[in-house]
Amino acid sequence: MALLEVRDLTVVFQRKGEEPFRAVDGVSFDVEPGQTVGLVGESGCGKSVTSLAIMGLLPKRGAKISGTVKYDGTDLLKLSDKEMRDRRGRDLGMVFQDPLSSLNPVVPIGLQVTEVLERHRGLSRKEAMIEAKNLLDKVGIPDPNRRLKEYPHQLSGGMRQRALIAIALACRPKLLIADEPTTALDVTIQAQILSVMKELVQDLGTALVMITHDLGVVAGLCDEVNVLYGGKVVEKAMRHKLFAEPRHPYTHGLLASIPRLDAAPGEKLTPIKGSVADNIPWEHGCAFAPRCPNALDVCVQVTPPEEDQLGRLLRCHNPVVPGTPAAEEVPV
Amino acid sequence: MVLGLSSKKEKIDGVAESAGVSLAASAWKRLRRSPVFLTGAVIIGLFIVVSVLSPWLAPHNPSEPMLIDQVVKARNEIPPAQPGHPLGGDLQGRDFLSRLLVGSQQTLIVGVGATLIGLAGGLFLGTLAGALGGWVDSVVMRLVDVMLSLPSLLLAFSIAAMFAKPSQFTVILAVAIVQIPVFARLLRGSMLAQRHSDHVLAATALGVKKGAIVFRHMLPNSLSPVIVQSTLVLATAIIEAAALSFLGLGNPDDRIPEWGQMLGDVQNVFDTHPHLAAYPAICIIIVALGFTLMGETLREALDPKNRR
Ligand SMILES: Nc1ncnc2c1ncn2[C@@H]1O[C@H](COP(=O)(O)OP(=O)(O)O)[C@@H](O)[C@H]1O
Ligand code: SF4
Ligand SMILES: [Mg+2]
Repeated sequence: MALLEVRDLTVVFQRKGEEPFRAVDGVSFDVEPGQTVGLVGESGCGKSVTSLAIMGLLPKRGAKISGTVKYDGTDLLKLSDKEMRDRRGRDLGMVFQDPLSSLNPVVPIGLQVTEVLERHRGLSRKEAMIEAKNLLDKVGIPDPNRRLKEYPHQLSGGMRQRALIAIALACRPKLLIADEPTTALDVTIQAQILSVMKELVQDLGTALVMITHDLGVVAGLCDEVNVLYGGKVVEKAMRHKLFAEPRHPYTHGLLASIPRLDAAPGEKLTPIKGSVADNIPWEHGCAFAPRCPNALDVCVQVTPPEEDQLGRLLRCHNPVVPGTPAAEEVPV
Repeated sequence: MVLGLSSKKEKIDGVAESAGVSLAASAWKRLRRSPVFLTGAVIIGLFIVVSVLSPWLAPHNPSEPMLIDQVVKARNEIPPAQPGHPLGGDLQGRDFLSRLLVGSQQTLIVGVGATLIGLAGGLFLGTLAGALGGWVDSVVMRLVDVMLSLPSLLLAFSIAAMFAKPSQFTVILAVAIVQIPVFARLLRGSMLAQRHSDHVLAATALGVKKGAIVFRHMLPNSLSPVIVQSTLVLATAIIEAAALSFLGLGNPDDRIPEWGQMLGDVQNVFDTHPHLAAYPAICIIIVALGFTLMGETLREALDPKNRR
C-alpha cells in the first residue's frame, strides 16, 4: 500500500460574490515509502493548494475540498482538527518556499527547532537542545551552537532553508512535502539545498513530494513526475520516461524551454507561448488549447480524458509523436 | 542516522548576510538621527528625572502652608514671588515651585498607571479577539466600537463620576478604561495579519499547539504598533487625567500635588493670577508634546514601508 494516496483531490475556492474557482481539479497520485514524487507546473497551476490541502492547512471557510488523501490508510481529510495537529510535524513535514518569512522573526532558531521536538517527541528543553544541535549539524549548518542562539535575520538565505529542513525533519516524518524549496534562493545555493534534501530523505527513508516549476529540480531528484496544468494532472510518468519522451504538448514545451547541456551549439530555447491567463475552463475542452501547438478542433469542444498509455497517464487529444523536435517559436 | 554532510559545508553558504538587519536595529539607526525624536526624548528624559528627584529638588515641603500668614493677613491674597519662593505661593500659602516640581511625580504616575492598565486590558481583549476569531471576535469588536463611538473625555468623565469617592486611583482607572478599545483594536488588527503570515502557517504545518501559536508566534510579532501607541497614549492619558481633575472629578486630597488638580484648584482666581494655572498647564502641554513627538517618530521608524 502506498504511504500517501491522493484520489480525486479537488479544491474549489468560493468567495462571496465571486465565481467558484477550481484551483485543483481531480488530482490523483501515490507516493510509496521512500519515494520522491514531483508535482510540476507553471505558477498558478494549483501546486501549493494541493500541498496545503494534503496538510489540512487551507482556510476552513471559502475552500471546499473533496476526494481522499490517505496517509497510511487513514483519510486525512476526515480527521478532526486536533488529530490533524498531532500528525502535522510528526507524520507529515513541510518545507515552504520563502525561508525568511517562514521563520518566526522574534524567536531564536534553537527554540524553533526544540519547539517541535518538545511537542511531538516529548523531549525536555535540554534534550531537545542537544538534538537540535545534531539536526543543524546534519543539514550542514556550520557552528550550530552559535546558530541556535541567533535570529532568522542573522542567517543567510541558504542557512535559513537548511534550518527549516532540519525543523521539518526533526521528528522524522515519513512524508515530507517541499513546496518550491529552492525558488527563493540564489542559483548557487539551490543545488546545495537540493543535495541536502536528497541525502536526508534517502538516509531517513522519508518519502518526498517535491513541488516545483523547475524541471531541473525534478531531473535530479524525482522518481515519478506529475505534470499539472490548470489544476489537473496532464501527464504522469516515471522521470526517465518523461524526460526521454514527453508526450503531452505542455510537458514537451516545458522541456524545450529549459537550457540543456547536450544542446547543439546555437540551438534556440523555445518558450511556451502565452501564459496561464489564456486558459479556457476544462469543462469546455482542454485548458491548454489556446497555447498548444498541437491543438485540434476537438480540443476546444471535448475535455480530453485521462488515458493510460503503457504506464504513462496522459490527458490529450493529440499527443506529441515521440521524437518530434520542439515547435518553432511562434511570434506572439 | 549518520550522515557525511558536515564535511560538505560549503563556504559560499556559510557567510551570513550582513545586509539582513533586523527591523528594530534599522529603526533605531534612523531614530538616532531624527531631531524630532531626540527633542521628544530629551523632554521625556528630563520629565522622568525631575519627577524621580523632585522630593530632593523641591526647595520646600509641597504640602506645608508656610506662607499662610501672608494669605490670612491680606485676606485671600496669593503670596507673590519673594526670596526663597521664586514662584510665590498658592491659595493655601504653599510653595508653588515645590508643588510644581513634586506634581510631576503624580502626573507621571497617573499617566503611566492609566496607560499600563489600559494596555493590559487592550492586550487581553485584542488577543482574545485576534486569536479566537469567530463570534468572540465579533462580540469584542462591537464592544470596542461602542466605546470608540463615544468621545473619550465624556466616557472618562462618566466612568469617573460613577465612583462614590473620587481618588487618584479612580482617575487612573477612568482614563485607563477609555484607552482599552484603542489598544484592543490595534492589537486585534495586527494579530489578524499575523494569522495569515507565512511563519504562522509554517508553525501550524509543524503541529505547534494553538496556545504556542498565539503566544509565541502571533502575539510577539503583533506588539510593535501597540508599543508605539502606548507612547502616544501616555500623552492622552496625562491630558485626560488633568481634564478630569480640572472638572472636579480628581483626587480631592490636595496635599500631594498633581498638575491637573493644581489647574482645577485655581479656576476662581484665574483672571487675577493667571500664572497659577499657566505653569501647570504649560508643564502638561510640554510633557504631552514630548510623548507625542516620540510616539509619532517611533511609529514612522517602525513602519516597514519606510525601511531602506
Ligand atoms: N486562498 C485562496 N483563495 C482563492 N484562490 C486561491 C487561494 N489560494 C490559491 N488560490 C488560487 O488557486 C490557484 C492555484 O494557486 P497555487 O496552488 O498557489 O499555485 P502554484 O501552482 O503556483 O503553487 C491560483 O490561481 C490562485 O490564485
Ligand atoms: S488536448 Fe489538444 S489542446 Fe490540449 S494539449 Fe492535447 S493537443 Fe493540445
Ligand atoms: Mg506555489
